[in-house]
Amino acid sequence: MLTLTPSQTVGPFVAILVPSQDRGSLVTERTSGPRIVVEGMVRDGADTPVPDALVEIWQANAAGHYRHPDDPRPSADDTFDGYGRMHTRRDGRFTFETIKPGSVTGPSGTPQAPHLVVGLYARGLLTRLLTRMYFEDEPSNGQDPILTAVPAERRTTLIATCESEGRYRLDLALQGTRETVFFDV
Amino acid sequence: MNRTDPKIRPYRHPPEGHDPPNDAPGYRSTALRHPTQPLVIIPQTLSEITGPVYGYGRLGPMDHDLTRQHVAEPLGERIIIEGRVLDEDERPVPETLVEIWQANAGGRYAHPQDVHDAPLDPNFTGAGRVETDTEGCFRFVTIKPGAYPWKNHHNAWRPPHVHFSVFGRSFLTRLITQMYFPGDPLLRFDPIFTSIPTERARQALVSSFELDLTQPGWALGYRFDIVLRGRDATPMGL
Ligand SMILES: [Fe+3]
Repeated sequence: MLTLTPSQTVGPFVAILVPSQDRGSLVTERTSGPRIVVEGMVRDGADTPVPDALVEIWQANAAGHYRHPDDPRPSADDTFDGYGRMHTRRDGRFTFETIKPGSVTGPSGTPQAPHLVVGLYARGLLTRLLTRMYFEDEPSNGQDPILTAVPAERRTTLIATCESEGRYRLDLALQGTRETVFFDV
Repeated sequence: MNRTDPKIRPYRHPPEGHDPPNDAPGYRSTALRHPTQPLVIIPQTLSEITGPVYGYGRLGPMDHDLTRQHVAEPLGERIIIEGRVLDEDERPVPETLVEIWQANAGGRYAHPQDVHDAPLDPNFTGAGRVETDTEGCFRFVTIKPGAYPWKNHHNAWRPPHVHFSVFGRSFLTRLITQMYFPGDPLLRFDPIFTSIPTERARQALVSSFELDLTQPGWALGYRFDIVLRGRDATPMGL
């Protein structure tokens, strides 16, 4: 077996490759599904905003299908790839315009509650951190097989709050009392 | 043992101690940025074994050649970086996006936050992208980046490196790393490079000089192969 290539930090200058406006919007006028905005701020252990992070999201379409050949019912909608990435702004904030994903099939056929997969990179992080973003107004969160595997007192770090109609917010904390749950997958 | 959907072939986990730990005291920026809680182990689901394989946007004809993105050529030593994206089982990863970013020949990034006292090069941005071919091969033309000082500790210098970003077939194969140059005396003093626990894994980030890739009278050639997580042979059943 070949030796896996190890990870290294993105360092402070990844904005050369990924400017903040790179892929902040995942939708076109023709994309079907309920439009949402997801926003948040990345914070470090001193509660200081992180102005040099890269945030990536990956999600299913409104019907719960991924645009990927390994999905048993792959999305053929070429107006929605399901991938976004953004460099945080100077105030540590990020904003994505997308659609609310549908429910995706989970382990042993149990449905997963609607969620985004989130990847986080920054100077000072030697590997990518992987997390998820759920939506507070989803009754199915209570049965989600991943969310329920997370210690109950930390689950809210994965659940975006609904600020107004179609507008969700989830901050990502690298450390602290509200440290985001990161996954080993 | 993970339970996943039938027919899904999960990705193998990296061997223990392969990737650098996020808490690496020698690299000071990790202090306030590494998670302090243990990672929560979850099964692989459709959400993780899929990933962005379409629609990176159209690549421009000069995206892979960082020496031809401006009116004139950048200063510095012209180099060719060629390699393959493979999985651990030596299967090529075709048609996947490979991106790079780097400092100029003087060790300065074309980024407003880089305050290193070295000249900017108006003919060098330092970002490139290319898609692998059906055999997983990619090729960049660029200039050799310079070493640059940083504030991590007294007399700290980053060894010349090229930042690499690779997608692969799934969100689990996504990798951001750095390529280094063979025989570099700065490597053993660099806390980012030495954060990688094993010598074997460190060497996976050191490109090799290859005379066969070198173009006479024009540019030196380096090979850098990238190996992403492989998949289990059998699907995880119910
Ligand atoms: Fe760098």
